[in-house]
Amino acid sequence: MLKVNCFVLLGRQYLLYNKHVHTKVITVPLVSTWNNLKNSENLPKVPKISKEQVNQLERLGLVELNNEEAIDRLTEAIKTANQLHVVVTEGVKPLDTVLENSAVYLREDEVIEGNCKKEVLMNAVKTEEDYFVAPPGNIPLKSKNKG
Amino acid sequence: MAAPMRSVAFACKFCGREYLQNIYVARNRSLYSTKHQSSKWESVIGLEVHAQISSESKLFSGSSTKFAAPINSQVSFFDAAIPGTLPVLNRRCVEAGVKTALALKSKINQVSKFDRKHYFYADLPTGYQITQQREPIGVGGQVDFIVFDPTVSKEPMTKTANLVQIQLEQDSGKSLHDDEDKKSLIDLNRAGIALMEIVTQPDFTTGEEAAGFVKELQKILQIIGTCDGKMSEGSLRVDANISVNKPGEAYGTRTEVKNLNSIRYMVKAIEYEIKRQIKELEAGNKITTETRNFDVNTGKTIAMRDKEKVLDYRFMPEPNLPPLHIYNSQSLPADIPSDRVVLTDQLQNNIPELPSEKRNRLQKKYEDISLVTIATLVNDDSLLKYFEEVIKDGKRNVKRVASLLTHQYLGQLKAVEMHAEDSPLSVEDFKEFYDIVEADVISTETISKVLALMLSRPDSKVKDIIEKENLYQITDPEDIKSLCKLIIKNNPKLVRSSKRGKVAAFNSICSRVMKECQGKTNLDKVEETMVKLLKEEQS
Repeated sequence: MLKVNCFVLLGRQYLLYNKHVHTKVITVPLVSTWNNLKNSENLPKVPKISKEQVNQLERLGLVELNNEEAIDRLTEAIKTANQLHVVVTEGVKPLDTVLENSAVYLREDEVIEGNCKKEVLMNAVKTEEDYFVAPPGNIPLKSKNKG
Repeated sequence: MAAPMRSVAFACKFCGREYLQNIYVARNRSLYSTKHQSSKWESVIGLEVHAQISSESKLFSGSSTKFAAPINSQVSFFDAAIPGTLPVLNRRCVEAGVKTALALKSKINQVSKFDRKHYFYADLPTGYQITQQREPIGVGGQVDFIVFDPTVSKEPMTKTANLVQIQLEQDSGKSLHDDEDKKSLIDLNRAGIALMEIVTQPDFTTGEEAAGFVKELQKILQIIGTCDGKMSEGSLRVDANISVNKPGEAYGTRTEVKNLNSIRYMVKAIEYEIKRQIKELEAGNKITTETRNFDVNTGKTIAMRDKEKVLDYRFMPEPNLPPLHIYNSQSLPADIPSDRVVLTDQLQNNIPELPSEKRNRLQKKYEDISLVTIATLVNDDSLLKYFEEVIKDGKRNVKRVASLLTHQYLGQLKAVEMHAEDSPLSVEDFKEFYDIVEADVISTETISKVLALMLSRPDSKVKDIIEKENLYQITDPEDIKSLCKLIIKNNPKLVRSSKRGKVAAFNSICSRVMKECQGKTNLDKVEETMVKLLKEEQS
């Protein structure tokens, strides 16, 4: 848990004192600063989303994009996201979690959970002899002659 | 590492005479010759091995991992992906992963990260698998193993396989498919169990090479205690990536073969898939990137039901898990608390001598003994100890003791389904037996019989057994002569053929002599006597 012991204001910079993390200088502006982008900025163009792409997106995300409005909204979303290209990221390592400076906690190898079959199966629509029942999965095509 | 050279025979273009030339052979490529119907093809195989870590609880939850437990009884809320649950990493699983990476000579990443791999399947409740794609626990690595492929060479060969990486990941649940009622039954007991995925470079060219590697890997994992390596129980699973190409060209399109739960099936599946790909390419068709299953009934690989396009796993960093820190005592930074770090020193010290190291050491120590015999001894720790006890006093021929132990002794133990460690024969008993064999008291053919009797009557002395069953070798030349004469008398037709020079007939009458005396004599002496007698008859 991040414990903030001291939060010192030093002009536009803050110094964060923390038990688990070394002191860091953070440059966060005191007042929010908007930068309005002109439409003709050098942003990548959004290509028309093809039928195959729509099908693939539907399969990957299990969503339905079954009308023009949905595809238009998606195109707008991509256009908005493209504005991020304006930000200069040279020399900056990508952030993948705000916990990047902590170390993961390691639990001792003991059995402390499980044995709650009833609760685990409780929300399932269909069960059979303690199994979850699901639609048939991706299985190999059976050969005509068995055995 | 320099490419190996091979002596290849060429015919001189002018005079047609054969000459040998040493040529460089590209590393790790072997040529499939006329066996495969036409011009030469090269095959390339890479393996992905999933080894289940031996731990009490699962990788990210505290559920038990026992084999064959009641259905869905070892499932916590996290395993069932109930909302509001979070992963908590298991220390023992990390230690097992690190120990394995050290034993396989990988470079340990001091900081490794977890990722999510997304795909939809009923046995994956969360819709993603927590794995380590970007920064795994171990990178690189090497395994030395032995390949014994009689179709390629009479002697076994040692080879080295290079590894890409070793990573920790979750296992998925188990599904049973009901074709008739069009449904799948899901058991989540296995969901969340820790796996080590060991990915190899495409360093293999035949099914037997892959088998040699997997057997070596099994032994290493069992010795360091991180995985019990039982393919039949699902603790070790292998997927093979296979492609073929013409020599000198780039790698071909590869297919992935899954559902290989024994080494034998893996070899069969790989051989079949190579042949299938060659056949398709020679017919002018293209190979599609796909996943195939191995059908044990037909011995063929078959395509899966949905012909999917290239799967997009949409990898993303796992936001619920901070990075994993692994250091040794020297490199440990000061500010990391002890319950959040794994130290490699203790783990490295606990790795015993690995099979390849043992083989190398023994080969240097006992220069006379062949690689096959050494490999057999190394495979069985108690047999090795037994062997070293027998030769300790230096009175006996090391090579012959090893041969006797690894052939007839091991063979008789196997016949009664006994392991070397359970053998009732003491080292002294064996020494006595060996001396009797060396003194020619019993014939070579009788060795196995006497051993079998010794195992079934462990309290009797060897000499008494031989006495009681009258298994002494027949050495008197007169006795051998009369045996031969008897067989000659009863087999006139074979005798005529032998006199005419037919080798098969001669071998036949000699073997009948052996049969007549229950193998209690020396075959060379019988052949000598027989030749003399046949000559006498002719004159």
